[in-house]
Amino acid sequence: MEQIFTAMGAKYNYVAYIILMMVGLYAMIVKSNLVKKIIGMSIFQTSIILFYVSTAYKTGKTIPIVPYDAHAAVQAADFINPLPHVLMLTAIVVSVATLGVALALAMKIYRQYGTLEEDDIHEDLRSEEGKS
Amino acid sequence: MKITGLLTVIICGALLTYYAMDFPDFGDGRSPANTYLSPHFLENTMHDAHVPNSVTTILADYRGYDTMYETTVVLTAGLACFFLLRRKESTSPPARFFRHVPTGLTLRIEEGGKLPAENSKVFTRIDSLWAPDSLIIRNTCRLIIAFVQLFALYVVAHGHYSPGGGFQGGVLLGSSIILFSISNDLRRTLKRFREKTAAVLGAIGVLIYSGTGFVCLLMGAHFLNYEALSPLLGLKTGDPMARSHGIFSVEIGVAFAVMSVMIWIYYNLSSAGKHDEGL
Repeated sequence: MEQIFTAMGAKYNYVAYIILMMVGLYAMIVKSNLVKKIIGMSIFQTSIILFYVSTAYKTGKTIPIVPYDAHAAVQAADFINPLPHVLMLTAIVVSVATLGVALALAMKIYRQYGTLEEDDIHEDLRSEEGKS
Repeated sequence: MKITGLLTVIICGALLTYYAMDFPDFGDGRSPANTYLSPHFLENTMHDAHVPNSVTTILADYRGYDTMYETTVVLTAGLACFFLLRRKESTSPPARFFRHVPTGLTLRIEEGGKLPAENSKVFTRIDSLWAPDSLIIRNTCRLIIAFVQLFALYVVAHGHYSPGGGFQGGVLLGSSIILFSISNDLRRTLKRFREKTAAVLGAIGVLIYSGTGFVCLLMGAHFLNYEALSPLLGLKTGDPMARSHGIFSVEIGVAFAVMSVMIWIYYNLSSAGKHDEGL
C-alpha cells in the first residue's frame, strides 16, 4: 500500500484528471437529461485538455517564448514543451464548436418533443412507431 | 442503470489509474513527450520563422494544415447551428413588452394591439423576460467593450512575441459583441452586427487562411510554405521574415473566423433561431 502512495507522489496529477474524466463519463452514461449529458461531455473534454497541458510541464521552466535574437543558442530544456499547448489550443476550439452544435441539437429535440428527458423521448418514439 | 454506470465508471477509473502509474512523473523534463520533436521546434523557431513565440510558429507554420482545417471546423459548427435552429418565419410572441422611457413604465401589448412606431424615442421594445433597466450595467459595458476590443487587437497583433494569437484575439473580439448583446438586447446588437456580416466574415477568415496558402502555391512553392511570399513582401529569398508575415496574415484570418462564428453561434443559440428575443 505504501508503495502505491510513494509511486503516486509524483503522479498525483493523473489521478486528478482520471477523477474528473470519470465524473464526465458518469454524467454521460447515467444522466437522462440531455443538457446534463452535454455538461458531462464538456467535463470529459476539460480533463483531456488538462492532461495534455500537464505533459508539457517541466519543473521550474518558463513559457515557450525564446529570446528575440536569431543567433542566441536556445536550450530546449529551459522552456516548457510548446507542442501540447498548440494541440490543446485547437482542441479547446473544437470543444466550443461541439458544445455549440450539441446545444443546438438539444434545442431542436426540445422543439420536437417538448422535453429533454431521454426516457420521455424514447416513450414518444415508441408510441409513434405503434401508431404507424 | 445507475449501478451499472457507476460500476463501469469505477472499473474504468481503477484501470486508468493503474496504467497511469507507468506514466512519466509530473514535471519531468526528460519524458518522451518532451524529448523527440518539441526541442526541434523550440531551437529552430527563431531561425526558421523569426518568431520568438514557438506556440505561434507551430500553430501557423509547422502545423499549418491542422490549423486551417481547425478554422474550417469552427465555420462548419457555425453553419450547423444556423441550419439546425434558424427559423425564417417570424412567429410573433403572444405579447410584446415596451418600456416608456421618460417614466420607466412597462407596457404589455397583446397580439393584435396597436404597437408603437418602430423607431419611437418614447417607447423601446424589451424582452418578455425583462429585467429592470440598469444605468450601471449599460454604461459599464459601454466603457469596457472598447477596451476589450483594443486588447483583442493587441493579442492578435502581438501573438508573435507574447502569449496570444488569432484564436485568443478572435474569442475576445467575439465576447465583446456578446457582452453588448447581454447588456443591451439582441435586436440592438443585430442592428450593429448583422447575422449576414457574421456569416460573411467567418467565410472571409477561412478564405484569408487558405488564400495565403494558395498564393504560396501560385508563387511556385508548396501549399502554406510562406517562404515563397518573400518577393511579394520585398524581402530577399530565404529571409525568415517572410514566414513571420505569412504567419501574421494567417492569424488575422483565424481571428476573423473565430470572432464571427462565436457571435453567430451566440445569436442562434440565445434566441433559439428566431433572432427576436435573446438573453
